[in-house]
Amino acid sequence: MADRAVSLAEKRLMDVKLNELGAWLGGRDFTPNGILSAIRRGHDRYYNKYINVKKGGIGGVAMLLVGYVAISYLWEYDHIKHDRWRKYH
Amino acid sequence: MMLSFFDQFMSPTYLGIPLIALALSLPWILYPKPTPRWLNNRLITLQGWFINRFTQQIFQPLNLKGHKWAALFASLMLFLITLNMLGLLPYTFTPTTQLSLNMAFAVPLWLATVIIGMRNQPTHALGHLLPEGTPTLLIPILIIIETISLFIRPLALAVRLTANLTAGHLLIQLIATAAFVLLPLMTTVAILTAVLLFLLTLLEIAVAMIQAYVFVLLLSLYLQENV
Repeated sequence: MADRAVSLAEKRLMDVKLNELGAWLGGRDFTPNGILSAIRRGHDRYYNKYINVKKGGIGGVAMLLVGYVAISYLWEYDHIKHDRWRKYH
Repeated sequence: MMLSFFDQFMSPTYLGIPLIALALSLPWILYPKPTPRWLNNRLITLQGWFINRFTQQIFQPLNLKGHKWAALFASLMLFLITLNMLGLLPYTFTPTTQLSLNMAFAVPLWLATVIIGMRNQPTHALGHLLPEGTPTLLIPILIIIETISLFIRPLALAVRLTANLTAGHLLIQLIATAAFVLLPLMTTVAILTAVLLFLLTLLEIAVAMIQAYVFVLLLSLYLQENV
């Protein structure tokens, strides 16, 4: 199987070698349009893999919600850490 | 101690972005758009069924001119119910506990219904200020009372939603703290408190759904009078 040469900026992340990482990041599109299209692609990948299937169960949405809880915890960590160390609540 | 219980209602900032931004954008992600296919996936089918049922229910008493508001009411209901239910997950932030947000929903929509009424049928709209069959002597007082009642509607809408959700969240936090602290001391009481907490969580789920519904229902009522 002969691979066509793909330019560095268009390679997928898993195909980029470690020493090429900086150049790869420099070539990516970080404009607002680029970021939006990246979010859209990510959303489409997740949606088509877990939700847009014939017998989709609760798992697709449940993973999203658990991820949301995890991100909220991360966001609030600086605030919540005082509750752990407090003697009297 | 008082400060720590109300801390859950402050939106913490991380990397300069407040958590409320994430909480407000999450409902957009959870409801995908129906495709032009004949048979969609289960999530979209459920979602479509729910929206259809709800819109049918709300718009039954409204005349044809009010049906222009269908998209707005359906999306408002969906947004509120999602925000309320997501707020019940641990560590999440509920934007509807902020009075500013609820006023932002209530005041423009209520004002729109009043202005539409005044523009299209001013006599009919003003006629709502005086119920039929009042004794003549009571008329001036009643008009004042009805005007006050009209102007207090947006405030009531916003404060109802805020107060219900805030009180629910506070109760959950208080009872959870009590159960947790009592666990090493009096285990039976702690178990009873845990049962209470479970029942309260069920109530909160119901309240979350009901409050969203009541908000939109009352708005549709105000629309019905005026359109």
